[in-house]
Amino acid sequence: MSVLVDKNTRVVVQGITGNAGSFHAKQCLEYGTQIVAGVTPGKGGTMWEGKVPVFDTLAEAIKQTGANTSAIFVPPPFAADSILEAIEEKLGLVVCITEGIPVRDMMEVRRRLNFGGTRTRLIGPNCPGIITPGECKIGIMPGYIHRPGTVGIVSRSGTLTYEAVWQVTQKGLGQSTCIGIGGDPINGTSHLDAIKLFNDDPGTEAIIMIGEIGGTAEVEAARWIKDNCKKPVAGFIAGATAPAGRRMGHAGAIVGGAEDTAAAKIAAFKDAGIEVAATPSDMASALLRVWKR
Amino acid sequence: MNIHEYQAKRLFKEYGIPVSKGYAAQSMRECETALAHFTDGPLVVKSQIHAGGRGKGTFADGFKGGVHVVKTRDAGLEVARRMLGNTLVTKQTGPAGRKVQTLFFTDAVKIKKEYYLAMLVDRATSSTMIIASTEGGMDIEEVARTAPDKIIKVSVPPTMGLRHHQCRKLAFGLGFKGDQVREFARILTALYKLYWEKNAMMVEINPFIETEDGQFQALDAKVSFDDNALFAHPEIQQLRDLNEEDPKEIEASKFSLNYIALDGNIACLVNGAGLAMATMDIIKHYGGEPANFLDVGGGANEEQVTAAFRIILSDANVKGILVNIFGGIMKCDIIARGIIGAMRNVQLDRPLVVRLEGTNVELGQKLLSESGLPVVTASTLSDAAEKIVALVKKAS
Repeated sequence: MSVLVDKNTRVVVQGITGNAGSFHAKQCLEYGTQIVAGVTPGKGGTMWEGKVPVFDTLAEAIKQTGANTSAIFVPPPFAADSILEAIEEKLGLVVCITEGIPVRDMMEVRRRLNFGGTRTRLIGPNCPGIITPGECKIGIMPGYIHRPGTVGIVSRSGTLTYEAVWQVTQKGLGQSTCIGIGGDPINGTSHLDAIKLFNDDPGTEAIIMIGEIGGTAEVEAARWIKDNCKKPVAGFIAGATAPAGRRMGHAGAIVGGAEDTAAAKIAAFKDAGIEVAATPSDMASALLRVWKR
Repeated sequence: MNIHEYQAKRLFKEYGIPVSKGYAAQSMRECETALAHFTDGPLVVKSQIHAGGRGKGTFADGFKGGVHVVKTRDAGLEVARRMLGNTLVTKQTGPAGRKVQTLFFTDAVKIKKEYYLAMLVDRATSSTMIIASTEGGMDIEEVARTAPDKIIKVSVPPTMGLRHHQCRKLAFGLGFKGDQVREFARILTALYKLYWEKNAMMVEINPFIETEDGQFQALDAKVSFDDNALFAHPEIQQLRDLNEEDPKEIEASKFSLNYIALDGNIACLVNGAGLAMATMDIIKHYGGEPANFLDVGGGANEEQVTAAFRIILSDANVKGILVNIFGGIMKCDIIARGIIGAMRNVQLDRPLVVRLEGTNVELGQKLLSESGLPVVTASTLSDAAEKIVALVKKAS
């Protein structure tokens, strides 16, 4: 069992003929993901890698192939438009990998997602993607570090997620689904959204939540966990040593006020009964401290 | 990206937001030219640095105040001589302070009342938050703590834009009457237009003032822009002041490296922003102090890794280096080749601990051990952090 993606997910890649899109679509295909279509305006009617049809518009790609999920590798100035296109076409899931989308564009996308009647869930942008091990990989994560299992992982960071995944795998366990929600200040799926999905998923027995400085999303998730979550949760917050007022790589990782520091988030985690990893090497061990199997 | 007050006020003027007459100068000769635009009578000389608390700051030579009100042009020139090229230390600059390379001369106005006005991206609601207060000229976070009822907030959804009723809520909330309400709404609308068109993340006017003759004016101006949107604004890119940035950070940006200088002595080189922050944290956990944040990104090549090492080693405070790579898309053997290549061009005179994990890890480790370089390898992140902290302690 898993959340959001599985072996039946049919993926269309927006920006499939670009460098990044082409490279990563190939990796996903090799992992076993059903890549059924690509979209590059002006290249409709061609075949990508000799096996995947390319369309000019997303609407045509969906009509011809029955794609239900999109992966976006479109360059930053045009990526928000591609997300809006996917929302218009009522895709259930959109995974936007693109890094560097202007915040103003994402404000508009976010408002569009909030409209009544919108069916689309957006993951990202500026994220590694989503993977259900052994079934479906949509994104840029290395597939082989994952193993099918029952730990759900949600994180803003790419390589820090790999760190957690690898620790879980090395303990002989595996992951139900790993969701990289991205490092931007405004994104589609929050920590809380992912936690709710894991809480409802019979295939997920325990959860690792990884956060960082900036914003209050981790604190909101922790408050909900305190009252509602039925499953053991371990957590880690990166950026305890980051200076205030500086953007630490991720556009969203910046300490502005008293509430968005690592210390404030760690305190909220502890208050919610989340087992906090003392160091990034301790994430899987922290989970095993609270997960009585 | 941040800009100076004088640059922000030029933008304000362009958008019709009232500011008093002002001239910027970067040399004593330019100061004289700037002062020629004024007559004797009170005028203000303001240090231009990207940090707040200028008025209460102190220069490195003990001269007090980064902002001075003077009565004559000669007196203006005299304080300019003390300020220009001097280093100003404020509560926001840290003990090292900032060198003042630009001065801004402006008319002194008679203030009736000071207000606070700001617009910023509110990530929780994906809207623009406009914040106003009758408590101008003060630290707004302090006001929020002590007198939250004196802060008025309006949320502007991006798809709707700023509306009249919101302007009215702010204007009446601040106690304005009659024509003032209309004028305040006009200024607010112009400010929102600037904020939106230029992809600003934050615009702050503290204080926004009412003069004795009832006119509004932005007495200070702070604007920061979205780095991700600078591609669309070459006119804003031109306002970047490299003097305000660490030379190492400027060098890093040329190679698309994300680098931030810190005060510690253990440098780190990591792929990914989250893992880079976590690596800093674990160095601290084992009793060390990180010298920098450095994210080489997901697809760094040998040239970038070489540049990263050169930048790290140019910092005399650095007593040891920790490389932490979780190879996903980036293969460990590429990183190993990068390290070996970098060592051909730079002299490694400090301990180096390398932790590689992920794609092609065996090959990467093999390359490093066969290179004959004095590299200490580590299997886990905690192992790596413990080793580099111990090596640096031993060496000092």
